[in-house]
Amino acid sequence: MQLIECPWCGPREETEFSYGGQAHVPYPEQPGELSDEQWAHYVFYRDNPKGRFAERWNHNTGCRRWFNAIRDTATYRFERVYRLDDPQPSATELAGPRRSTS
Amino acid sequence: MTSTFRTPEGGRVDRSTTVEFTFDGQTFPGHPGDTLASALLASGRHAIASSVKLGRPRGIAAAWAEDPSGLVQIEEPFPEPMLLASTVELYDGLVAHGLPGQGRLADVPDSARYDAMHVHVDVLVVGAGPAGLAAALTAARAGARVALVDEHSEAGGSLLSGTDRLDGAPAAGWVAAAVAELAAHPEVLHLQRTTAFGLYDDGFVLALQRRTDHLGGAAPRHEARQRVWRIRARQVVVATGAHERPVVFPDNDRPGIMLAGGARTFLHRYGVRVGSEAVVFTTNDSAYDAALDLHRAGVRVAAVVDARPEGSPLRAEECRAAGIPVRTGSVVAGTSGGDRITAALVAPLADGEVGRADELACDVLLVSGGWNPAVHLFSQARGRLRYDEVLGAFLPGERLDGLAVVGSAAGLLDLAGCLADGRRGASAALTALGIAPAAEVRLPTAPEPVVPAAPLVLWRVPDASGAEGSTSFVDLQRDATVADLARAAGAGLRSMEHVKRFTTIGTAHDQGKTSGVLASGITAELLGVPVQDTGTTTFRPPYTPVAFAALAGRDRGRLFDPERVTALHDWHVAAGAVFEDVGQWKRPRYYPRAGEDMAAAVLRECAAARSGVGILDGSTLGKIDVQGPDAAVLLDRMYTNLISSLKVGSVRYGVMCGVDGMVIDDGTVLRLAEDRFLLLTTTGGAAKVLDWLEEWVQTEWPELRVHLASVTEQWSTFPVVGPRSRDVVGAVFPDVDVSNEAFPFMTWRDTTLDGVPVRLARISFSGELAFEVYVNAWYAVAVWERLVEAGAPQGITPYGTETMHVLRAEKGYPIIGQDTDGTVTPHDLGMAWAVSKKKPDFVGKRSFARVENQNPLRKQLVGLLPVDRQTVLPEGSQVVDFLADGRLPPPPVPMLGHVTSSYRSAELARPFALALVKGGRARIGDTVHVPVGGTLVPVEVTSSVLVDPEGARRDG
Repeated sequence: MQLIECPWCGPREETEFSYGGQAHVPYPEQPGELSDEQWAHYVFYRDNPKGRFAERWNHNTGCRRWFNAIRDTATYRFERVYRLDDPQPSATELAGPRRSTS
Repeated sequence: MTSTFRTPEGGRVDRSTTVEFTFDGQTFPGHPGDTLASALLASGRHAIASSVKLGRPRGIAAAWAEDPSGLVQIEEPFPEPMLLASTVELYDGLVAHGLPGQGRLADVPDSARYDAMHVHVDVLVVGAGPAGLAAALTAARAGARVALVDEHSEAGGSLLSGTDRLDGAPAAGWVAAAVAELAAHPEVLHLQRTTAFGLYDDGFVLALQRRTDHLGGAAPRHEARQRVWRIRARQVVVATGAHERPVVFPDNDRPGIMLAGGARTFLHRYGVRVGSEAVVFTTNDSAYDAALDLHRAGVRVAAVVDARPEGSPLRAEECRAAGIPVRTGSVVAGTSGGDRITAALVAPLADGEVGRADELACDVLLVSGGWNPAVHLFSQARGRLRYDEVLGAFLPGERLDGLAVVGSAAGLLDLAGCLADGRRGASAALTALGIAPAAEVRLPTAPEPVVPAAPLVLWRVPDASGAEGSTSFVDLQRDATVADLARAAGAGLRSMEHVKRFTTIGTAHDQGKTSGVLASGITAELLGVPVQDTGTTTFRPPYTPVAFAALAGRDRGRLFDPERVTALHDWHVAAGAVFEDVGQWKRPRYYPRAGEDMAAAVLRECAAARSGVGILDGSTLGKIDVQGPDAAVLLDRMYTNLISSLKVGSVRYGVMCGVDGMVIDDGTVLRLAEDRFLLLTTTGGAAKVLDWLEEWVQTEWPELRVHLASVTEQWSTFPVVGPRSRDVVGAVFPDVDVSNEAFPFMTWRDTTLDGVPVRLARISFSGELAFEVYVNAWYAVAVWERLVEAGAPQGITPYGTETMHVLRAEKGYPIIGQDTDGTVTPHDLGMAWAVSKKKPDFVGKRSFARVENQNPLRKQLVGLLPVDRQTVLPEGSQVVDFLADGRLPPPPVPMLGHVTSSYRSAELARPFALALVKGGRARIGDTVHVPVGGTLVPVEVTSSVLVDPEGARRDG
């Protein structure tokens, strides 16, 4: 069982968290102006990379807060967790030293 | 039986006490400190059971968990299958018998307790042998928080099995001092009889502690028998030692054939000679220790058979001095015997050819093919293994963060090296943790190691018997042989994972502790590839078997899942309610009177609610307090209908959809103030809806000034339902004008009762005049009893969930999750009226515009009336249609939909159902069919609203 670092609570057991799918998929500004296909892409289509993936997580049996994380889908390693109001870390930032989040 | 094979002295058993046990119906003596295996061997018993497929006699083949064959079933004090005689600690009154590979689970409930403990440590050391003790001492002295776990009854590891001396004295003295020192460190947790059976991510290790197993029937009942330790370690030091590896040869499975190191353990730890006359077959120097020790203990050693052409000159000299013949360049090419080995067939081996064999009489054959480091935990941590050609073994092949493998688990075989490696591993762990090590930890002085002669890697002796390897057993427990491996190779299998599954080697109780590497080596030989290329199969937890009872711990029976009860639970119990589980809630289903079954009780309760007055405990309904200046903005975005136009003091029904436009929950919304709402959700949807709202508030609209809190358990809720409900509510709350004009439908009013705040709401889930009463859960019983008392003249009837369901179904009110699944829109439910056309957007709106949503053949909620006025359609039944000729279409018969709710109706005086039916609303008036128990029941399709379609009753 992994430890996941909640940006608010620090490292906690993974069973305290729930997965929220791909991060940075905003609700469309004007859903009514989208074609069925564009809307379907928002509702159903998500990336499925092998390797780094920006994801949403919820510390739902802890502080109940949502946050984002960069996780490697092949190794399951969390490379970075960041608050929802933080920008997505770039590849260059991720290559650098791991930022302390506690 | 007497303990003929017990040595006169020595060993760590308590000779002052004798216990009795029964094996296969025969009584044997033993001592505390014995295992079942050592006590049987002390009485000269080797045979344990017959093998699972071939029925060949099998005995005790090793002294601990690596034994592939000594399987027993415990009968007393409590039935337990598939244990190893070598690991069952002996106690008085033990009753066991040998197992031919399959055991029997107890058919009575296990009354023992099991529990779990969580612990967080800086350093976890697994194994309390020399390397592990050195590691634990190093970490403890530095002030680290340490856990040391070891699977044996006492610390010492290999030191318990030999004659090693440390600091010039028997090693037991150093072990005792180390254990005492560890006990004095407040931050050290030292657990014996504790097996680390699984290593997971981020230093998470599960260990099973056998706390009272060794006490048998005398175990105190209040103490947990076994405990699962859930250890989170920042650093793990694996000091799990090594398993001796046998060599495979024809007829290598007879009782009396065992690992040489095992025989040495039985001698030194338990004071047991495993036989009278031994042949020792080895490929390396370690078995010479067994030969010499057994010789000194009075066992006649007929020969040491050393497969190496040169043998071990140094050790051979010791043997000569002791009068033990040594045959170099020789192997055991077969055995004779029945329930016990009687002779070993010894033959020269040159250039892979077995020469002429001669028979050496013996009653034990001790085998050593080298040592396999116990790399299981390292491998579970996804560590890569490296094949070492000199040792013929797989070793840790890389460094892992947070995990060090030390001692013989890392391939070291000398005592001084293991001690130093344990200290090194712990020091590295401390460095990684930033903990300053204490001054250099002095290690005890071990005798200068004698450089052993190089071992020979020999997996198997060629089969010269003509049996083609069909009696050369690789996995004794699975009766799998060299011939099976040859078949696997011949069938084209190349991966050890495939070979394992084809041959079943390594899939038994012992998970291939002795057979796994042998199978890799022999397969490599058969395929003509290097052993590194065949590799091993994946090591998976658990390292040794763990009972489900231990994993379940206290989470069984009533404690498996939390039970939630309402404030009125005791009242319901006293009233004789029959309960049902709704999620974690216990809810009264109905309140039977004497002689009533459920059907009768529900008909009575329904009639009371429709013609007089009933009362329901609806406290489990989810309640969410939504506060903030933007509360209405949020709810407008989340519900399909308009919430912001709701006036303070009023109530609105609302539907919530996912972005895909499918209904996820429904309920009512009370506007308590301009900036405050109370949301009612379904009982099952309460947590989900709160999560759903939180998700949108946090992730999409953090700018909204709104806060959400669950108040489900703070408010008790009682719908008072029926044409006479106004009389009852008016009587209990005289300050409220309950007339329809002053208190209309879908409004709420606050009042007090003896100073206690109460909220009343005109909400109806039955179509009848109804008042929901909300009160702080502390006062629930008092207010409920007032209502019941005041309603006595009207015959107020408490009713349960079953009646609630019937009443709502008669009105066509769906239960989300019962009458819907994830494919149903509000329009499918006939609730287009609850979908706002004014709002520019809300969650799900865009999906309603999809073409598929306009499809007239979508499944729609309708009512069904069985034409026979008798049949209660089973929920989940399919709905089918006849062809024009009045017959079923040929299979596969198209399914029109299915029955979602089905009840008897007192009001309609017949059964009815709700169903999702393709194009259902257009088929109202049609007759379709529902297969019930082999017959097709004709049913009429109706509107989903079967009672009071005009809504005339809601105002009383």
